[in-house]
Amino acid sequence: MNPNHLQTGGIRAEPLQPPAARRTASVALIGNPNTGKTTLFNALTGLNQHVGNYPGVTVERKVGTFKLDDSTRVDLIDLPGTYSLAARSPDEMIAVDVLLGQQQGANKADAILAIADASNPERNFYLISQLCELNLPVVVALNMMDVAETKGIRIDAAKLSASLGAPVVPICANKSVGLAELRAALRQALERGAAPDGAKPVFPEPMLSEIESLRAELVAKLGRDVNRLEAFRALVDKGGHAEARLVQAFGPELEANLEGRRQRASKIPLPAEEVRVRYAWVKQALATALQRPAQPPPTSSDAIDRIVTHWFSGTLLFALLMMIVFQSIFSWSKPVMKLFETGFGWLGDWVGAHMAEGALRSLLCDGVIAGVGGVMVFIPQICCLFFFIAIMEDCGYMSRAAFLMDRLLSRVGLSGKSFIPMLSSFACAVPGIMATRTIENPRDRLTTILVAPLMSCSARLPVYTILIETFIPDRGYLHGWVTLQGLTLFGMYCVGLFVAIPVAWVLKKTLLKGETPPFLIELPSYKIPDWRTVALRVYDRGKAFAVRAGTIILSVSIVVWALSYFPHPPEIAASYEKDRAEVAATVANADGWLTGFVIRVAAKEKLDEIDNLESGAYLRQSYFGRMGKAVEPAFKPVGWDWRISMGAIAAFPAREVIVATMRTIFNLDKEGKKEDLSKAMLEARWDDNPARPPLFNIPVALSIMVFFALCSQCAATLATIRRETNTWRWPLFSFSYMTILAYIGAWVAFNGAIAMGW
Amino acid sequence: MTTLDQLKPGERATVKAVSGAGSAIYQRLLEMGVFEGAELTVVRFAPLGDPMEIRLQGYNLSLRKAEAHMVEVDV
Repeated sequence: MNPNHLQTGGIRAEPLQPPAARRTASVALIGNPNTGKTTLFNALTGLNQHVGNYPGVTVERKVGTFKLDDSTRVDLIDLPGTYSLAARSPDEMIAVDVLLGQQQGANKADAILAIADASNPERNFYLISQLCELNLPVVVALNMMDVAETKGIRIDAAKLSASLGAPVVPICANKSVGLAELRAALRQALERGAAPDGAKPVFPEPMLSEIESLRAELVAKLGRDVNRLEAFRALVDKGGHAEARLVQAFGPELEANLEGRRQRASKIPLPAEEVRVRYAWVKQALATALQRPAQPPPTSSDAIDRIVTHWFSGTLLFALLMMIVFQSIFSWSKPVMKLFETGFGWLGDWVGAHMAEGALRSLLCDGVIAGVGGVMVFIPQICCLFFFIAIMEDCGYMSRAAFLMDRLLSRVGLSGKSFIPMLSSFACAVPGIMATRTIENPRDRLTTILVAPLMSCSARLPVYTILIETFIPDRGYLHGWVTLQGLTLFGMYCVGLFVAIPVAWVLKKTLLKGETPPFLIELPSYKIPDWRTVALRVYDRGKAFAVRAGTIILSVSIVVWALSYFPHPPEIAASYEKDRAEVAATVANADGWLTGFVIRVAAKEKLDEIDNLESGAYLRQSYFGRMGKAVEPAFKPVGWDWRISMGAIAAFPAREVIVATMRTIFNLDKEGKKEDLSKAMLEARWDDNPARPPLFNIPVALSIMVFFALCSQCAATLATIRRETNTWRWPLFSFSYMTILAYIGAWVAFNGAIAMGW
Repeated sequence: MTTLDQLKPGERATVKAVSGAGSAIYQRLLEMGVFEGAELTVVRFAPLGDPMEIRLQGYNLSLRKAEAHMVEVDV
């Protein structure tokens, strides 16, 4: 009861405005993949969406809200697209658990909104036959009526409603047609609150009695109510997740128990029995409502496919599209990234100029602003990639791409769906890892997530270029068409790729071992992408990254700032203040305008040099500098001194930082030219023994490059893995294995190069 | 015995049996409509020879040859 009513002494005042929604109903949206489920979700909920994760699994938890009428608000739960409720993994089990109200983080569904593709009714109604048995109200949205018509398929929704005993509403989600009728049907279904009252699939008697007795046994064992669906799935899905969960709870005796029941339930394998009964039910339900021509007319989709999946034109088109996608992340998003960089640089300078010198200023400028900037800089790439992915997925090309590439990736135990995430990772692993959401199989997805950071991303490029330009001889072959420097760069790109192959293979044989997932994917009819779906997808991905990964990256940036700033001993400032005072004195003593001008220019240079020396001195004194010295013995075998080691450590949050750290440590101006750093590296000697040969040579340069090619030096990537896998275990694993591999790789490169006499 | 992976593009066939009971692939094949008595047509093979594309129930399905090998057919 509304507390306001009590204050008015029980006399109810007439509300001036329509009453706010009094009731919230949970509705689960479920359907086969490629039915336009996301389009319908977006059309109903608009921007009122909330994306999160279910605890313990990688499935995205997507809930949107809309008002059904003045008194009812609907929380629409978007379940992952599926062909059946038979779950093989915890991720697939989410749908079952949400529908049964057993999923942590989701309310029990009050009704089911099932979306079906009208152009392919049989397979879509197979899932609906399972949904109709759940004792929940079901509303069927029959989508893509227009596509069905081009195939000559006609469905009488009224007749279908009658045979199902549940409302069937024809819609075109991408044109927002039929949504009002759908809302009305949903409101009625929620009011009625009853399951469909049409004929149910009839399973043979022995199977039914086994399901019922298993259910009774589970009720006794678990001490709670058990839905028939749970018992059904445990019995039928041999090796499925419902079984696995029970076996985990009650031990292997339960497995034997189930096996015995299966023997008694049916002579043929139970899945075959289920499919036979359900497809017979579907045929019956559709019998009077469905009209389809004996010979399906040729569609434009078939004509497009003859080109898109043709061995020559299809491969060519694929290569072209991939080139566009890669270019977009690699270079087209650069101007916007530059804009962000300049903007944040400007903001940092502005704040720096308006605050007093000290730890707080440094924290704001070098920690927070630089940290936020470091997050924002990825957003253009993420948006670019997801713009193309959303289009390719929505128009139906994505499954063709997987069809074309599957053979290549199946050799290392992955599938064609891993291709785009891997390719994108050559530009940046962050969008690449986020793109693995298109891979349904959790093990395949995890393997892809774990090897994607091995692809040489664009942040490695500055490290490669500076070292290659400085140390690799500029030699040309084949009339200058091929250069040694170019070959080295190419080699660095290959290092990651060729290491990824055995890593993926080993992962699939050990940690992520399991049944080879089926590569049964539908090649849906082509359609014009729905722009709202594309735009929301881009927005959603960008926001997800900025919020979830961003917070982690920001905290890491602050820690890194603290490690490179503290302890900040005052003696250093004091000693450089003295030098500055001397310079100031020479300027003050200068007389004559020409001499004064010359002295002032020289003094400016001198002051800059003092600044650089000072920041170098601070960095050497910082915790990072000390760490560099502490780990120097560990990096001796790969040819590094404490300065390179420190650079590598400081680069763990973001690998490209090494270039800036090297500048500071060799006392160079931050904005300095590349040649200056090259020169400094060529002249660098070992601190402890300047008589030794130069610190840098070809073996050392190669060892650094190989280390950077393989090492997990990117907080953004680790934060994204954390976000995508919903646990810290996998980012930790990724970090450890890559760092170990990097060290081994660097050792091999260093000693190999020495052995070759380079 | 003829299995689905041995057919050529354009050939029509009826499913006689699906082997591999108890595996995920078996169950998924059935759910997708590849069960005894189902009629299907081979559309094409991918450029690298694998996977293949078939048409059944008026929709197109891609599956690997290893999976198609589990499907016994009558041409």
